[in-house]
Amino acid sequence: MNWRQSTFALPLVIGLLCAVGLFSALLGDGWWDALAWLGLGVPAVLGTWPLLRRPRQ
Amino acid sequence: MHSRTIRRWSQVHTWTSLICTLFLLMLALTGLPLIFHHELEHLLGEAPELREMAPDTPHLGLQQLVEAAERHRPGEVVQYFGYEKDEPNGVVAITAATAGTEPNSSHTFMLDARTGEALAMPAANGGILMFILRLHVDMFAGLPGKLLLAFMGLLFAVAIVSGVVLYSPFMRRLKFAEVRQQRSNRARWLDLHNLIGIVTLTWALVVGVTGVVSACADLLISAWRQDALTALVEPYRNAPPLTERAPVDNVLNIASAALPGMQADFIAFPGTRFSSEHHYTVFMVGSSHLTAHLWTPVLIDARTLEVTAIAQRPWYMDALAMSQPLHFGDYGGRPMQVLWAVLDVLTIIVLGSGLYLWWVRQRRGDKQRSGQEAKA
Repeated sequence: MNWRQSTFALPLVIGLLCAVGLFSALLGDGWWDALAWLGLGVPAVLGTWPLLRRPRQ
Repeated sequence: MHSRTIRRWSQVHTWTSLICTLFLLMLALTGLPLIFHHELEHLLGEAPELREMAPDTPHLGLQQLVEAAERHRPGEVVQYFGYEKDEPNGVVAITAATAGTEPNSSHTFMLDARTGEALAMPAANGGILMFILRLHVDMFAGLPGKLLLAFMGLLFAVAIVSGVVLYSPFMRRLKFAEVRQQRSNRARWLDLHNLIGIVTLTWALVVGVTGVVSACADLLISAWRQDALTALVEPYRNAPPLTERAPVDNVLNIASAALPGMQADFIAFPGTRFSSEHHYTVFMVGSSHLTAHLWTPVLIDARTLEVTAIAQRPWYMDALAMSQPLHFGDYGGRPMQVLWAVLDVLTIIVLGSGLYLWWVRQRRGDKQRSGQEAKA
């Protein structure tokens, strides 16, 4: 089975990563911040990228 | 899932979102400039800039600063002195007609701790950013406005959860992140709504729930006054009103001695809502990243300067304090602010596409119905 086929597998991973990111920046600077940027960056990119593609006519 | 179950969840999702969408759009739009309010204040020239002086110029005593503040605002009293990490030579002063005056009628400015010179902080007292902030916080309607927005935040949370439930029947036949670009506009926007909604889910839920907590701040603070403060100042219940105060000069040292290793965040003067009628209350915060947000109030008798109590933090005050960074996104540097703004715009797109999808379905329903009527 394709890993994109499982409805909730990827959303769960992304959601958890985002939660880790939100809390890690509260704990410290440096690597903690970088983890936060990764955690919030993944949803930001995944949400923006399909908007930028033009629909095929 | 049974089709009836799906229909029910779909109704929950439709109505909770429809009711809160306009408010949420307003919150998301006003929230966008607020993410960058520090930067915007500097850009608008509204951030106070202290004069260059020798780095080891000594600070005035706190009592002298109180007097400087009162000279600057004749007829007013000091409610709070606050400290900012990035401006060690400045003290933020908040004054008002009386100690108990409500926050929106107070005046905020910065005092140069070395000279007592007052510097205006226009953004804290009015202007465009304050207008946006008031719109975002209570729509100029005080507590009822805050509570209405808190309720809209709860509806938003229900809309998010019901959206997740509906995600599976809609996405069963599609791969993750598949957008049917070549199909109708409606199918394309449905897929985009589902995709952007599911990836921004955690962020939207956290910002929504922390917003609800912040909107209840007034209630939490009065609960804290009722619970903790009343018990702590019980011995003062029958004390005559405070007529003479000891100079405030040493309260920071006194508070530091009571709580070694912690730093002062702000001082609440007697009679304000963060203190009692008889105390200077120093709110101390920890020095670690996490504890820097958590307050421990030290109550100092304003006549004798004795520490009479160190208040325990109730859990709801901790929740309130932790909600602030998680709502505003100002705790992980510039990239965090930018990501916050991107996610905010994506939320606006989810809200807008939701409205569009509802409208299209509505119109199609009308057409079907009028078609059936024509047949009959």
